[in-house]
Amino acid sequence: MADKNVNNAIDLSDLGLDTITETETEFSIGAMVTLRQLELHEGLNTYTQNAIRQAVCDIVGVQFRNMATVGGSIFGRFGFSDVLTMFLTLDCDVELFQGGIVSLEQFSQMKPDNDILVRIIVKKTPGQFVYDSMRNTRTDFPVIACGVSCVNEEYRFSIGARPGKALLLRDEEHILKDGLTENNIRNMSKWVAAHTPTDSNLRGSAKYRTHLIDVFVQRNLIQLRGE
Amino acid sequence: MEIQITLNGKIIKDHVEPDCLLIDWVRKHGCYSVKRGCETSNCGLCTVFMDGKPVLSCSMLAARANGHNVQTLEGLQEEAKDFVAFIADQGADQCGFCNPGFVMNTISLLRENPNPTDDEIRAYLAGNLCRCSGYEGQLRGIRNYLNHKNK
Ligand SMILES: Cc1cc2nc3c(=O)[nH]c(=O)nc-3n(C[C@H](O)[C@H](O)[C@H](O)COP(=O)(O)OP(=O)(O)OC[C@H]3O[C@@H](n4cnc5c(N)ncnc54)[C@H](O)[C@@H]3O)c2cc1C
Repeated sequence: MADKNVNNAIDLSDLGLDTITETETEFSIGAMVTLRQLELHEGLNTYTQNAIRQAVCDIVGVQFRNMATVGGSIFGRFGFSDVLTMFLTLDCDVELFQGGIVSLEQFSQMKPDNDILVRIIVKKTPGQFVYDSMRNTRTDFPVIACGVSCVNEEYRFSIGARPGKALLLRDEEHILKDGLTENNIRNMSKWVAAHTPTDSNLRGSAKYRTHLIDVFVQRNLIQLRGE
Repeated sequence: MEIQITLNGKIIKDHVEPDCLLIDWVRKHGCYSVKRGCETSNCGLCTVFMDGKPVLSCSMLAARANGHNVQTLEGLQEEAKDFVAFIADQGADQCGFCNPGFVMNTISLLRENPNPTDDEIRAYLAGNLCRCSGYEGQLRGIRNYLNHKNK
């Protein structure tokens, strides 16, 4: 824990926000749900073909994932966040106490304020999801995080740990309109790599990250194709 | 603030400062198996159970444990006894500082998954760092224990 003076703290622990509710059409994930609950939730992992489990399973250790919350992870909009990167690939909204319901994509670009994230709503829009990340060692922050999905026939590419906060790109130039052929996949990954700003930090250089984006988008699209 | 925590089966009512960490609270109540290691949520030395689930007491406020059940290795001696000898047989504990956290998380692993594969053991214990051993001794110790149990 850091040494920091906090003048006004709000405890969200006992407000019943620690459950995941599943209906026919959506998952409602309370802000105090832990990363471990996400990892073990059958419904969410069936819907995302285990992409959510894959996104959180290397975050520190089981003990940490039993405490770290999805609300803290999403609200923080941290650059290194596997959680934000993953959720951006989904058809997903957040409910803010003051601000009401907004799309996660919109929320990810909003400036930090004093609102409270109440829950995350994941719509069960038909889709396929793949998540992978590159880490220097297993439980370290990612060097690059990459989620790829096809939701309602729209391809989404979410790139986190650039090291800036996750960015969501779409196939604006319809590169994949004729399907996931070798050539289209290669052109798509090059396009995503070229359109994702990267930077250097102690985990890796901007050039290395750009190269990794190209590799991971290719790999994830190949996996999405079902190989 | 006033809190009430069941620590190793005993109900304790206490007055704590709002920023009191759970690690300081359990140590104040005599649970010295709980060690302060990295203090950045990385090393697993300070592992305790809250309502049966392993958590890092260096990164949790005592206030968040209010009304909950907290266990440390002091309260789990019997359950630990089964397998710690197998780890000791491998000389895996060396300096021993990481051991209580490691034993706590192994208890949790075996409760959740009584017959883990080597990869499942590695994944579950990834949040327990050990500077002496290189982890192979611990893995051999757990494997030998499981082989013995399944005989
Ligand atoms: C050592 C370490 C390694 C990590 N590695 C990774 C990693 O590899 N990948 C990854 O994705 N993450 C990683 N994380 C981040 C972690 O997964 C969590 O995102 C982080 O701990 C925040 O979750 P929390 O529940 O602890 O939130 P807190 O620390 O409690 O909160 C974070 C911030 O958000 C605010 N907040 C919390 N909940 C709400 C809410 N409901 N509404 C409004 N504001 C809120 C808090 O006031 C605080 O400012 C790591 C963290 C640590 C400490």
